[in-house]
Amino acid sequence: MYDFTYQKPASVADAVKLLGADPEAKALAGGMTLIPVLKQRLNKPSALVDLADAGLAGISVAGGTVRIGAMTTHATVANSADVKKAIPALAKLAGGIGDKEVRHRGTIGGSLANDDPTADYPAAVLALGATVETNKRSIKADDFFQGMFMTALEPGELITAVSFPVPEKAAYMKFPNPASRYALVGVFVAKGPAGVRVAVTGAGQNGVFRQKAMEAALGKSFSQAAIADIATPADELNSDIHAGAEYRAHLVGVMARRAVAAAG
Amino acid sequence: MAFEGIGASVRRTEDQRFLSGRGNYTDDINRPGQLYAIIRRSDRPHARIVSIDTKAAAEMPGVVAVYTGTDLQADNVGGLPCGWLIKNKDGTPMAEPPHPVLAVGKVRHVGDPLAVVIAETRQQAKDAAEKLAIEWQDLPSISSTQDAIAPGAALVHDDVEGNVCYDWHLGDKEAVDAAFAKAARVVRLDLTNSRLIPNAMEPRAAIGDFDRATGEHTLFTTSQNPHVIRLLMGAFVLHIPESHLRVVAPDVGGGFGSKIYHYAEEAIVTWAAGKLGRPVKWTAERTESFISDAHGRDHVTTAEMAIDKDGNYLALRVKTLANMGAYLSTFATSIPTYLYATLLAGVYKTPAIYAEVKAVFTNTVPVDAYRGAGRPEAAYLLERLTDVIAHDTGLDRVALRRQNLIPANAFPYQTPVALQYDSGNYQATLESALKAADWNGFPARRAAAAAKGKLRGIGISTYIEACGIAPSAVAGALGARAGLYEAANIRVHPTGSVSVFTGSHSHGQGHETTFAQLVADQLGIPFNQVEIVHGDTEKIPFGMGTYGSRSLAVGGSAMVKAMDKIIAKGKRIAAHLMEASVADIEFKNGSFSVAGTDKSKSFGEIALTAYVPHNYPIDELEPGLEENAFYDPKNFTFPAGCMVAEVEIDRDTGVPSVVSFVAVDDVGRLINPMIVEGQVHGGVAQGIGQALLESATYDVSGQIVTGSFMDYTMPRSDNLPSFKTGNEVTLCTHNPLGVKGCGELGTIGSPPAIVNAVIDALSEYDVRHIDMPLSPQKIWSIVAAGPKRKAAE
Repeated sequence: MYDFTYQKPASVADAVKLLGADPEAKALAGGMTLIPVLKQRLNKPSALVDLADAGLAGISVAGGTVRIGAMTTHATVANSADVKKAIPALAKLAGGIGDKEVRHRGTIGGSLANDDPTADYPAAVLALGATVETNKRSIKADDFFQGMFMTALEPGELITAVSFPVPEKAAYMKFPNPASRYALVGVFVAKGPAGVRVAVTGAGQNGVFRQKAMEAALGKSFSQAAIADIATPADELNSDIHAGAEYRAHLVGVMARRAVAAAG
Repeated sequence: MAFEGIGASVRRTEDQRFLSGRGNYTDDINRPGQLYAIIRRSDRPHARIVSIDTKAAAEMPGVVAVYTGTDLQADNVGGLPCGWLIKNKDGTPMAEPPHPVLAVGKVRHVGDPLAVVIAETRQQAKDAAEKLAIEWQDLPSISSTQDAIAPGAALVHDDVEGNVCYDWHLGDKEAVDAAFAKAARVVRLDLTNSRLIPNAMEPRAAIGDFDRATGEHTLFTTSQNPHVIRLLMGAFVLHIPESHLRVVAPDVGGGFGSKIYHYAEEAIVTWAAGKLGRPVKWTAERTESFISDAHGRDHVTTAEMAIDKDGNYLALRVKTLANMGAYLSTFATSIPTYLYATLLAGVYKTPAIYAEVKAVFTNTVPVDAYRGAGRPEAAYLLERLTDVIAHDTGLDRVALRRQNLIPANAFPYQTPVALQYDSGNYQATLESALKAADWNGFPARRAAAAAKGKLRGIGISTYIEACGIAPSAVAGALGARAGLYEAANIRVHPTGSVSVFTGSHSHGQGHETTFAQLVADQLGIPFNQVEIVHGDTEKIPFGMGTYGSRSLAVGGSAMVKAMDKIIAKGKRIAAHLMEASVADIEFKNGSFSVAGTDKSKSFGEIALTAYVPHNYPIDELEPGLEENAFYDPKNFTFPAGCMVAEVEIDRDTGVPSVVSFVAVDDVGRLINPMIVEGQVHGGVAQGIGQALLESATYDVSGQIVTGSFMDYTMPRSDNLPSFKTGNEVTLCTHNPLGVKGCGELGTIGSPPAIVNAVIDALSEYDVRHIDMPLSPQKIWSIVAAGPKRKAAE
């Protein structure tokens, strides 16, 4: 790790001010990706602006929407009675991220801002048609994710919360990378206000994506049979020592069918 | 008080400190005025070093020194030695290229140490190491074992022709050729034994210290054998006499072989501490461990078995290419020869065997012993080949094993590959394992799994290993440059408590418990009055250390020998006190008594008398009660057994799950059955790791792809079933305890059992063999191709 200064502002406004004043400064949410990167000296920020005291943690449910503050940890989401009741698939997804230590440090805002192509949350945000709230605006899920580690966030823009419309039914199925346990392929299937959506994480070369052929089929008949013959083109999928693109394409189908079955 | 002697499952006394964070590991040690070393390593697989400019690094804040290979050379620092000389088929010695402590001229693998920066803080050393300006000239590199011998392959060492370290053989070629000529059938199998990264929980660390007042050097290091490090580093690298070099290996958090060897960093910190007159500490980061700890296995093999029409084994022919990596690690050369080819009889009475082993250099991390070391490669080959013979001939795989096993009445049994097995009963472990696994009930379980849409398979392996290494004379005749005995010192204190100084080294095995049980049992004193001391050349008379499952068989036997001397002296003291003849004194349950009388003296009374010799045969006996012993075994020990695994495969994803695992082993006499069972569990976990998950992978450019836990798949608890273990006991005939060793059998017996089970699960797809690790993707590709596919071999 290189030296950096550490600041812990007490509000989003102060955080934004600090980040705006120093283009080399970085926001620190849970640090589950950033800290290992710093330890390996792969990044050299001048300052870390810790958002822990910026008042961004918390969960509320109102008017058919679950709103989760950006600094809410995965463990909090996983264990929230409100989330479990409103969107059990989301609580289950949060409970399956990393390990216990990661779940108690990592946050939803940090995960989304980082947009790791093998992270779990992007699949839920995209499939549920969630809205990402920032200090400047609200961004629709479809506009938020723009490729591997690339989002619509602009300099000086911080995620403050994510609002999830409560779906009629939803489920997430993950095939973990055997080594890292990140998603090799993760499929979130939801039927809700935004219609039927199927979002795939872990597999795509450009990060999370929607499997629209499956969405169309499930829109007609929400059943495993409806998507049994829908193949996912392998040409834009990742290939590595754990899984080639063809295998990933196959797993998208398996995980999607299992998610449909689990969603009921 | 509960029974705590031989055979009791006493809880491990050392775990109290390990589990409560009170262990004292090398990195926990800090010396006054300590500096920190950071090693700059090569990020290139193969390159000429045109220049290293150290100026900018040396000027960084806090930097005390920057050294490169030429600095060490100028100071007469030697290269790292190889401890085992192998001779080629024609009798010429193996190629033994220099292994400089810091690279000189060329770097030969990613991770090759290139320079060291020493600074007041770790952070400063790290900052400065980045300022080293290195000019490279990249060279073509060799990433894989087979590529090393390809025509026109780049040379890892300029003067090692064809990258061949040695071309060695063992066995009777003519007899094998003759048997093949008349065989009813020959079954051939090509396989690889995958390359593994040991990944001990504690990364390596070393602290060099130098006492300017006495001129004594001290090295604290994560080692399985501190005396061996003192010998190798003192004699070959730094030229420091043993009298002035102390090596301490305190608590060590796992070794699995990877902490046997003398590593560059140990020499660097010891040398630099002497140079600078200040202690120097180096601690590996996990990423460094992946590219600097010796790797394991990495064989490419063709095996052929000649059989008669009934499936009796007539002759075995094996041809193996073994990867040494870029340099020869300390014992690398002995692994694919004397710990592999000598085991190719396995538990079978194959009358003729011929093995050829070619060891090659590649631009990869050096390869050396990893838990099992050579024996897993032999067992995997034989047990896969046996299943393939069954597959090709239609014979039953259990029947095939039964008919070829060495009979229980054939011991001592001389194999055609140099070893003589002293004892064993392979039928007993086989039948016991089959029963424990309910082998005959498998079809019903397969049907039940099929009803759930799963493919279920069962696999078996009957393995043997050579442990307790070994007679020094034999090892020497085979090329070892060291002896392989063990030393013990037993110090009885005046009030009868006992300190045991052992040359064995515990790095997780529970020696402080097992050895204390052994000594308490033999001397008839309470368990809690025995202290086990290890890991410090200043305290221990001598030691060859812990590897090859040798601690109890060799180290424990040395303790027995020392205790025999203690008891013999005690008898003389007791005879004097009780005015009896020494011949009439009996020692039992901690008391010396005069045969046929009720006169007796306790062990404590005799100890006190030895140290307070008022009434004492002082003219003929020295006071005190302390004895040394060195024990050099007459033979290896030969633990053996049978493992049975059951797996279920998810057809949709190809994911294999181990649903049942049975291990029935013969490890000779058990001192602490709980610890033995723990050793089996740990070893089987690593074996399942190799079979299904682990593989060190290099890409064609020579970069390591599995350089972190993000890509190197370690087995985790959810990859493992609950193990069922059992024991059948035949005693070792040549050591005083009848013990054989248990540390490695899990990694030896389990990989073939698991692979055989997966192949069995895929029987409807007619798969003959799949190379490890059996990843979901490999399995899925077979299932996806549909039944009766002839798999690539």
